[in-house]
Formats: sequence, C-alpha cells, structure tokens
Amino acid sequence: MVPAIQVEQVVKRYANLRALAGVDLEIAQGEFFGLLGPNGAGKTTLISVLAGLSRATSGTARIMGHDVVQQYRQARRALGVVPQELVFDPFFSVREALTIQSGYFGLRNNSAWIDEVLHNLDLTEKADTNMRRLSGGMKRRVLIGQALVHKPPVIVLDEPTAGVDVELRQTLWRFIRRLNEDGHTIVLTTHYLEEAEALCGRIAMLKKGEIVANDTTQNLLKRFSGFYVQLSLEPHVLPPTLMPLLKHETESGFQLALKDYAEVEQVMATLRVAGAKVIEMEVVQPDLEEVFVKIMNQESA
Amino acid sequence: MNGFYTLFYKEWLRFWKVNVQTVLAPVLTALLFLMVFGHTLRNSAEPYPGVGYSAFLVPGLAMMSVLQNAFANSSSSLMQSKMTGNIVFVLLPPLSYREFFFAYLLAASARGLVCGAGVLLFTVWFVNLRFEHPWWIIVFGVLGSGIMGVLGIIAGMQSDRMDQLSAFQNFIILPLTFLSGVFYSLHSLPPLFQGLSHINPFFYIVDGFRYGFFGVGDVSPWLSASVVAVCLAALSVLTLYLIRTGYKLRH
Repeated sequence: MVPAIQVEQVVKRYANLRALAGVDLEIAQGEFFGLLGPNGAGKTTLISVLAGLSRATSGTARIMGHDVVQQYRQARRALGVVPQELVFDPFFSVREALTIQSGYFGLRNNSAWIDEVLHNLDLTEKADTNMRRLSGGMKRRVLIGQALVHKPPVIVLDEPTAGVDVELRQTLWRFIRRLNEDGHTIVLTTHYLEEAEALCGRIAMLKKGEIVANDTTQNLLKRFSGFYVQLSLEPHVLPPTLMPLLKHETESGFQLALKDYAEVEQVMATLRVAGAKVIEMEVVQPDLEEVFVKIMNQESA
Repeated sequence: MNGFYTLFYKEWLRFWKVNVQTVLAPVLTALLFLMVFGHTLRNSAEPYPGVGYSAFLVPGLAMMSVLQNAFANSSSSLMQSKMTGNIVFVLLPPLSYREFFFAYLLAASARGLVCGAGVLLFTVWFVNLRFEHPWWIIVFGVLGSGIMGVLGIIAGMQSDRMDQLSAFQNFIILPLTFLSGVFYSLHSLPPLFQGLSHINPFFYIVDGFRYGFFGVGDVSPWLSASVVAVCLAALSVLTLYLIRTGYKLRH
C-alpha cells in the first residue's frame, strides 16, 4: 500500500534560516500520527510544504503517492488541512463557506455530505449564520469542516485545540477519532502532550528542523521513560540489593525505576526476604511530557 | 473548470453582496462629477463638432468607473485575503494558476462593467448621448476592465498592507486615469502634454471608448485597440508567471 505521506530529504531555507534540515518521514495509511516539537521546530513549515503553501528548497513530498509539486492536483485532492490560524471569510455564512470550498475541489452536488459535516461538528443550527458572528470555537469547527468537504483520505490538523475549551476539545477528538476509524489518516500537531499520548499511535518529534525521534507512542514511552514504583516501607530502609534501582528518596518512601512489570515481582520478593513491610505502593506510568523534555534536551544527533 | 467557476462566483458574490458600496457609490460619484463639471463647463467650446461638453464627459466618466472599480475589486480582494489569512482557502484546493488568474480577472472585469453600465444607465437621460459604434464600446469596455483587473491582481499580490495598496492606487492608478482624457480632449492641451498623454495607455482606452459613442476621437480606434490589447497581453503574461511561481502567495 502506498504511504499516505512520504517526505524525503526535505530542506526549507528562508533567507538565513534553515526551517527544515533534511526531513525524512513516512506515514502509512490509516495511522493516527503526532508531530510534536517546540515552537519554531518546523512543524508548520513541514505542513505547509505538504499542502503546497510553501515550496521545499530541495527534497520531495508525496501525498498518497502524488508529488505535491508535479501532481499538485491529485495531491491536494487527497489532503485536508486545518490551518493553525483562525482564519475565515467575513463575507459568507457557514454553509456558503463550505459550499464554496467544496466547489474549489470541483464538487458540485455536495450538500448531503456538507449537511453531515455540519451535523457532526454540531454546526447545523449555525449553518446560515455569517462567519463574523461565530465564536472562536465555532470558527475552529468550520475550519475543520472546510478541510473535510472533499472527503480527503489524509487529514492534517495544525494545533486544532489551541484555545478551545475542554468540552469542545473532547467533541472534536471523538469526531476525529471516528474519522480515523473510518480509514482516514490523521496527522496532528499539538502542544498538549496528554492529547498526543492518548490519541496518536506513532509520534515524531521535531527539533530545529530535524526529526529527533520517530517511533510508536508505546516504544517512545518505554524507551525513554520506563516506569516507577513508589514505595512506603516499614521500617524506612531499602534493602541494599535494590539500591541500584533507586531513583529518588523522600521522607515518605522510595521511588524505584523499573524496566517492566516482571521486575515488580522481583522487588516484592526481595522486600519479603529482607523483612520489610510495604505500607503503600503506587505504580507511576510513563509520561510523554517527560520523554519530550528528555529528547529536546539531548544534543542533536 | 468547476473550481474556476466557483472562484469566479465567490469573487462575484464578494462584491455583489455589498453592492451599495461597490456599485452604487461609484455610480453616485460619477453623477456628482457630471453635475459639477457639466454645469461649470457647459459654455465651453464643443470638444468635437456637434458634441456638447456634458455628452463628451459621460463616456469618460463611465470608463473611469470601469477602470477604478475593476482595479479595486481584484486588488482589495487579494490584499484582504492575504492580510486576514483566508487566502489559504484558495491556495489549498487543486486550482491551477490559470484558473486562479482568470477567475479574479473575470470578476474584476464584471464589477468594472457593471459600474460602467450603471453610470451610463443613470446619465443617458440627462445628456445627448449617441451610440455610433456599439462594438467599439464593448471592445474597449472589456479591454479597459481587463487591463485594470490584471493590474489589480499584481497590486494585490504585491501589497501586504492597506497603505501599500493605497499608494499604488493614489500614485499610479488615479493620476493615470485622471490624465487620460476623461475630462478633456487631447487637442485642447499644449503640444508637450499631448505628447505625454500618448504614452499613457489609459488615454487609448478612454479615447477608443468615446469613439464608440460619437464616431470621432483623437486617434484611430484601431490604433487604440492595438495598444491596449498589447498592454493587456503583456501584463497578463507577467501576472500568469507571477502566480505560477507563487510570488508572495506561496513561500
């Protein structure tokens, strides 16, 4: 199966700034993919190259096998982009905006699908309202609708939940998850790492225009973070054989870094032999935020 | 072709939805010019034998309206879209650079021609207007609105802010249209200014347009049409190239 997105050695230079420094990336069809990185890492630049809003200085990018420059018609038809900025055209109503967007893609009788999109984004009641009179959250939903009018197999969302309230955020994710279940490839950038952790099957991290990590969310969490067991012991003494695992000691207990759950059993056995009584035990799950901070603080590979 | 049609339709809606501002206001401006100049200069010599000053003025005012509004349409639409960022809505879909160009151009022409027709519609009752060569009227209406639609696209692409566009409008478009013979016949000017006027392409548009009404002009309508058509073609080629390379649209 042809990859949904294929980026090869993409470099993007502005005057004296290197926004992308030879990025390679392949995203398979049906993935829910996260693109993370601090501000200015090149996430939006990479999306702009994919969308044809920006032309790569060198390298190639393909959407569903179509080169974004040579075969821009097929490539753009396969791609739906939700831009980061909250943009809208003040001359039109919600329905007009969606109908016009659909017309740009050469779709004439698209009102059934537009109705469905409106319904799914909870915009049916606002269909005939002028864009100017919508709240920020509603404008955001219209932007998502505009990216979906042509039913693109690949959907890119550039920080779709920035400045969106909790309730709407959850409605959005439910909708986007369903799109993913229906077979759409989703690429997402976000600053909310819990969101990325919960939603994305695979994550790439960008730093200064380079990809510094690219793995399944599971592997990233395991590789960089492991997990911890928080123990309170009676008496407050850690058996010497467990000392190498100690990561952190507090008044109330010890934090041990473990590789996997099998190790928990060994720890318990050691404690039993040493005659220590466990008063409290808590397993602390790995956290993407920690992984993120670690990777960003490493020297560039 | 469908994408092209949608973009044209969107551009048409954009001005038509606010037609009080985009059509009625320019027509009113032209009427005011006609009242003031027509009245103060009513006793001046006939610019052409048998053509009174007010009648002479009307085609000029109509063409000025065509020119200024065609320019205003494409330039302000593009500049505003760039400024607010909603230009992405036309950059993301699979529209070719030709579709982009002709949609903006045609909508601009349409607004210019609607305004010009509006001016004629409201003034024809007050002056003794003739329609000697309707085809020339149409030819120059189309060429004039086209050339300004193209210039508007260039100005809109070039400008990132309102003041840059105003500069284009106030220092290039307005002087060239005012000095194109809208208000006077070239023969009334001193030789130096007559000569200078001949390098102003807008002079040919106004003169040819007026020829369509009265059958007389300062130069032959064939010469005018050729000059204007060459300018339009050259500007179109330049603009198509700019759009294709994504000048100030795609980084």
